[in-house]
Amino acid sequence: MTEEIIIAGFGGQGVLSMGKTLAYSGIMQDQEVAWMPSYGPEMRGGTANVTVILSDSRISSPILQEFDTAIILNQQSLDKFEKMVKPGGTLIYDPNGITRHPQRTDINIYWVEATEEAARMKNAKTFNMIVLGAFLKVKPIVKLENVKKGLEKSLPQRHHHLIPMNQEAIGRGMEIVKKVN
Amino acid sequence: MDVKDIIKEENLVYSKTKLLTDNIMHYCPGCTHGVVHKVLAEVIDELGLQEKTIGVAPVGCSVLAYNYIDIDWHEAAHGRAPALATAINRLYPDKYVFTYQGDGDLASIGTAEIIHACNRGENILVIFINNGIYGMTGGQMAPTTLIDMPTSTTPYGRKTEFNGHPLKITDIIAQLPGTCYVTRQSGHAPAAVRKLKKAITKAFENTGKKKGTSFIEVVSTCNSGWKLSPVKANEWMVEHMFPFYPLGDLKDE
Amino acid sequence: MAELRLMKGNEAIAEAAIRCGCDGYFGYPITPQSEVLETLMARKPWEETGMVVLQAESEIAAINMVYGGAGCGKKVMTSSSSPGISLKQEGITYIAGAELPCLIVNVVRGGPGLGTIQPAQSDYFQAVKGGGHGDYKLIVLAPASVQEMYDYVDLGFELAFKYRNPVMILSDGIIGQMMEKVQIGPYKPRMTDEEIVAKYGSWATTGKTPNRQRNIITSLDLDPNRQEQFNLKLQCKYKEIEEKEVRFEKIACDDAEYLLVAYGSSSRICQKVVDLAREKEIKVGLLRPITLFPYPTKAIQAMLGHLKGILAVEMSTGQMVEDVRLAVEGKVAVEHYGRMGGAIPTPQDVLKALEEKIIKG
Repeated sequence: MTEEIIIAGFGGQGVLSMGKTLAYSGIMQDQEVAWMPSYGPEMRGGTANVTVILSDSRISSPILQEFDTAIILNQQSLDKFEKMVKPGGTLIYDPNGITRHPQRTDINIYWVEATEEAARMKNAKTFNMIVLGAFLKVKPIVKLENVKKGLEKSLPQRHHHLIPMNQEAIGRGMEIVKKVN
Repeated sequence: MDVKDIIKEENLVYSKTKLLTDNIMHYCPGCTHGVVHKVLAEVIDELGLQEKTIGVAPVGCSVLAYNYIDIDWHEAAHGRAPALATAINRLYPDKYVFTYQGDGDLASIGTAEIIHACNRGENILVIFINNGIYGMTGGQMAPTTLIDMPTSTTPYGRKTEFNGHPLKITDIIAQLPGTCYVTRQSGHAPAAVRKLKKAITKAFENTGKKKGTSFIEVVSTCNSGWKLSPVKANEWMVEHMFPFYPLGDLKDE
Repeated sequence: MAELRLMKGNEAIAEAAIRCGCDGYFGYPITPQSEVLETLMARKPWEETGMVVLQAESEIAAINMVYGGAGCGKKVMTSSSSPGISLKQEGITYIAGAELPCLIVNVVRGGPGLGTIQPAQSDYFQAVKGGGHGDYKLIVLAPASVQEMYDYVDLGFELAFKYRNPVMILSDGIIGQMMEKVQIGPYKPRMTDEEIVAKYGSWATTGKTPNRQRNIITSLDLDPNRQEQFNLKLQCKYKEIEEKEVRFEKIACDDAEYLLVAYGSSSRICQKVVDLAREKEIKVGLLRPITLFPYPTKAIQAMLGHLKGILAVEMSTGQMVEDVRLAVEGKVAVEHYGRMGGAIPTPQDVLKALEEKIIKG
């Protein structure tokens, strides 16, 4: 199994850390992982994206022009990455702030209203974990117990009390994700 | 009294400093480097620090300093001696590390390295030979060259509007809180040599007490570069260099 | 026990330095490698292993600190990115000329000049063909994964001390910024001062004791005949390195009709190209040089019998391709494909270039 994922949105949405949690979860189940961010000035308030690859075998290129899954959190990223999803692949997006919705019919498209849900949970910081939950519902490539272990590994000890809240957010994401097409 | 009596131990009034090697010095007759080398070697010997001292030589006339004093040496790139000394001091905090640098090396190409080493308060000793000229490359202008002083690159004399001002780097160094002892000495007369030896001894003691950077400028002659006889060069130094670079302690904490 | 961690390439360099018994790191911030110094400062290895870490006032000072530390027998290193590595060339040639061991990491970004902070491989000539003045060589290691960033720190120091020669890890912004799974090794103790005296006392400036001559670290010898002899001695050393230390990896080469030659991050892209090509039943293999000096010349020559063409892939205008051509000696077509200035080719771009430049050409 190899899953090649692009996660893209605004800086500050937790794009990079969502990718890190996913990558760590992969390590917890003995997979090979790669996490390749865009870096540089565009990270400061602009768009941020990260390629995450989980695989049962050695990972080749961290630089890709097509992805199994695109997780899209703003309009610019949708415009850029919709066309880069492999035919038959998956696109998950938060419709918040989206004016031009995805057009493709040869891929599976899902909605996760994570911005709204995070507001309902009264914690904007759960946003990226809600999105991660949506992804894991659609593509259960890592076990939830390994996500928990991944969070334990990736978060510093002083933030471990936040793990239950993150797990709850992942659960909410799994519940609210819905297929669009 | 015949020769046998004369060479008796109790008649010994002078002997070559033990730490000076037998290599013939390449310095010009009358050059201050020879005096400073001898005093430095004496101090290291008298303090019993041969095994604990590491010298860093510059680029310039004293590039071959390692040929003359019998200790372990590094030969640095031009101006970089304080960076080497920083690392040696950090990696061997109980050693006595010194740099030996000329005015081109320390005050021109190596300005950043000396300022920052002193500002960090590296526990090292810096010996700064200021003769107002580039000796080794053949008498070009140094940052410390005096106004109107002719050199091969200021053949009509140094002019402020063209070449800027002579740099009193020691005065800048003295402002830095990392330095514990900053002094300006010379080696042109027996009394001056005695004072210089005291200053170098104090600097080594400071290193032993881990007090920070000790910085000793030695106002020096370059009779070849100045195109003067050794005696005349000394006189010229007293007359022209000392008023601009006055001797004495700038800082002693 | 081995521990698995998700790390950036730059973080792996720092962690490996601490664990392999490095005595000192001297650096200056520059994107995209500042995490090396940041990670070390956050880890505070001086409390753990006694390792010295210092932020120098410039890259020039940092490499000269390395020169000082290396001269006294310590295991010392620095890291930077392209413009900073240019500044370090003065120190590197002195270190090579004084025959000292040290490790230099270059996380390459696009140039020339200030260029860009995005990844590139345009410092190959600088790393492999000299960089500074004079006839000298660095041993150059090219990691292609975060694990190799970690592993080559220890390997680099081992080679540096074995040959008393500076070693460079030539990486780039992709490997430096990417996170991958890394197997962390156990701590190797730092050598004590007494052990350094025993092992390197014949040359290192550890303080002159009565039982030996004074040790002098210098690259200066004004006598032309002696300086020539020294140059010849260096060349003998480089020849020995060429005979003993060539490292490379071959992927799908046994039946290959077409060969990709790529190092570092480009070799990762090319692994995917091999998969894509094989799906289209094009027999493509990949030779990945791990050492760039010494270059795997003989490995390329040994494959020429069954090759129809070679594509050298690098993020430059074509630098390593010259070494491929030197190895091939005109016997097989050799072409270059690369993006530059921080642009990164995708596997599809490379496959297209292979088809157009080599297979149809």
